[in-house]
Amino acid sequence: MLQVTDLHASVIGAGDTEILKGLSLTIEAGEVHAIMGPNGSGKSTLANVLLGRPDYVVNSGTVEFDGENILQMFPEQRALRGMFLAFQYPAEVPGVRPWQFLKAALDARRNFAGEEPMSVRDFTKLFDDKVKAVGIDPDLVKRSLNEGFSGGEKKRHEMLQLEILEPRLAILDETDSGLDVDALRIVAEGVNNLRSPDRAFLIVTHYQRLLNYVEPDAVHILIDGKIVETGGPELALKVEKSGYEQYATAAAG
Amino acid sequence: MATPNTISRKSDLSAGEYKWGFVTEVEEDFAPKGLSEDIVRLISAKKDEPEWLLEWRLRSYNHWVKMAKTQGEPTWAKIRYPTIDYNDIYYYAAPKSSQGKAPESLDDVDPEMLATFEKLGIPLQEREKLAGVAIDAVFDSVSVATTYTKQLGELGIIFCSFSEAVKNHPDLVQKYLGSVVPYSDNFFATLNSAVFSDGSFAYIPPGVRCPMELMTYFRMNAEGTGQFERTLIIADKGAYVSYLEGCTAPFRKTSQLHAAVVELVALEDAEIKYSTIQNWFPGTKEGEGGVYNFVTKRGICRGANSKISWTQVETGSAITWKYPSVILQGDNSVGEFYSVALTNNYQQADTGTKMIHIGKNTKSTIVAKGISAGHGQNTYRGQVKIMPSAENATNHTQCDSLLVGDKCGAHTVPYIEVRNPTARLEHEASTSKVSDDQLFYLRSRGLSEEEAHHMIITGWTRDVIKELPFEFAMEASQLLKVSLEGAVG
Ligand SMILES: Nc1ncnc2c1ncn2[C@@H]1O[C@H](COP(=O)(O)OP(=O)(O)OP(=O)(O)O)[C@@H](O)[C@H]1O
Ligand SMILES: [Mg+2]
Repeated sequence: MLQVTDLHASVIGAGDTEILKGLSLTIEAGEVHAIMGPNGSGKSTLANVLLGRPDYVVNSGTVEFDGENILQMFPEQRALRGMFLAFQYPAEVPGVRPWQFLKAALDARRNFAGEEPMSVRDFTKLFDDKVKAVGIDPDLVKRSLNEGFSGGEKKRHEMLQLEILEPRLAILDETDSGLDVDALRIVAEGVNNLRSPDRAFLIVTHYQRLLNYVEPDAVHILIDGKIVETGGPELALKVEKSGYEQYATAAAG
Repeated sequence: MATPNTISRKSDLSAGEYKWGFVTEVEEDFAPKGLSEDIVRLISAKKDEPEWLLEWRLRSYNHWVKMAKTQGEPTWAKIRYPTIDYNDIYYYAAPKSSQGKAPESLDDVDPEMLATFEKLGIPLQEREKLAGVAIDAVFDSVSVATTYTKQLGELGIIFCSFSEAVKNHPDLVQKYLGSVVPYSDNFFATLNSAVFSDGSFAYIPPGVRCPMELMTYFRMNAEGTGQFERTLIIADKGAYVSYLEGCTAPFRKTSQLHAAVVELVALEDAEIKYSTIQNWFPGTKEGEGGVYNFVTKRGICRGANSKISWTQVETGSAITWKYPSVILQGDNSVGEFYSVALTNNYQQADTGTKMIHIGKNTKSTIVAKGISAGHGQNTYRGQVKIMPSAENATNHTQCDSLLVGDKCGAHTVPYIEVRNPTARLEHEASTSKVSDDQLFYLRSRGLSEEEAHHMIITGWTRDVIKELPFEFAMEASQLLKVSLEGAVG
């Protein structure tokens, strides 16, 4: 489903330094992959590059989604093809209500698929149900998008979007960070419920604990812009125990 | 780099096109070009005006001539425009068919006029007229039709063209005309007082809550004409009215002057809500033509517990010079000003409000949002004045600017004068840009760059748009979108 080959990327405004330095990764439909790595190693950069954030520059390498080269596409074109990013730091948008935002996003996808917009009534029901499912205070969604949401509320709100939009490839950037135990379970349940043979997940996390609830098909260790090791769930346990020190030489080489 | 080349963006959208720019082919009656005492007399005669009104016009005219010789046009606003030749303007233009008078009934209205308003989304015919909105349709210098007058009349509400009010309700007009904006107020108001053509008049009797929106739709059509309308709204004791004003003009490469005066009077316990969607022709993308909108709007909360609320969405005009104000004379009276002013391409706006606190416990709120795009220049200019008599007055001012692109400008000029120590004033101001984070967030969910911009900008104006009557909030939001086309994406 997703094939990343020898990806080199940098950020406009961060000088010439490359952040992704030859990253390769393949995810098949139905799979759940986890990426772990130290702060600043390039995990969020990867997530942003995959969704086509305009100020991230791809210097070389390829990214294919469903066999289609997506590097020339706008973020919205990637989204409409089924990609989704749950942000590590979701933006605040004053005056825009979550309901209105999500309805527009869902209708854009439906329009792309040649379907009619969802009726206000059906959408409201879907929205209310999902708000309950992800455990968001109904008063929260009467506010502006992410404005004044606590860290955990923002993460739940990202999960709400994931559940309503039902993307085919969901990238979760530390959605489990800063969550209480209940919220962690909600994230895990969200992923497990949506897990299906034609859907894939790429989960960026610092903690092995999420992987107790969501069993990954593969765990990758990302250091200094490259994947230095790939393994099964046991790899997460290993780094949690002994840290990333062991990879210091690998990255330098 | 992730630049597009396989799938191109929506470039077929004709950027910034002004959809209301058509011209109605209709024979019009013009007074000769230029301004003189004779022209003033001619306008008055066309309208069969009583002697006192002609005198008032002449007094205004003479005062204006003096002003023109001494100080000239006001120069304190942050706007630039070529010198206006006041002798190169038609001061009176009316469709021939109207004979300068409002028609007795819709059957007498030129079908061409009806078609024009229909095209503007303002159907006037009995069958199609908008539900819940009574409309006075003004074409150049005359009112061509007013809807629902009968239904409103049954409640004692008077809603008609200004000319008709002069004929049928001279006492009310004489009592209130110039009582809020005196003929000597300022250069443009004085000019208007001399040559005003038509406009709307509304009177809501004591204790009556007007059951529908009252609306005046101003259409400027003839080339080289100035538009000088006059609006007077009086809410008697305990009355309530919500009034809406809309305006458009054809696409023309020469500029047109629009100098209107609006006066509002709220007596004890009365409330007037006045909303404007200003969409005069903004000029071409290169900055040619467009309307000079030099307008004086002022309301007085004359009685205790009265309230006047101005809401404006200003997307049109090449230049906007406009400060809807409230004089808070009655104790406990309330004044509000909610504004969104958008300038794109080479538009300039210098707009804001004045809140003059005289009565005790008077309260004013100002929420002004300026959006600048292209080479647009946007200035908020506001004054809050607390007079010695205004015990416990409060004001809250919030003033936000949003920049789209880096060639535009936003400026904030607040004047505060406090002459009573019990006053409480708060002032907040901010300047922001649509952030890349916000855009990427919305686009990553499937919204196009344009849709994302539109959503962010309408969200940002929400506090103002929500003050508009429900039916028009949608239109205002659409208008913001159309006005920004070409500036974003
Ligand atoms: N917009 C930017 N401007 C400048 N530098 C940036 C920008 N975005 C990322 N970087 C730099 O790129 C590197 C990788 O950042 P990235 O956010 O991808 O790390 P991460 O692995 O997600 O870290 P964390 O675990 O802390 O979330 C860091 O050194 C960061 O400072
Ligand atoms: Mg990160």
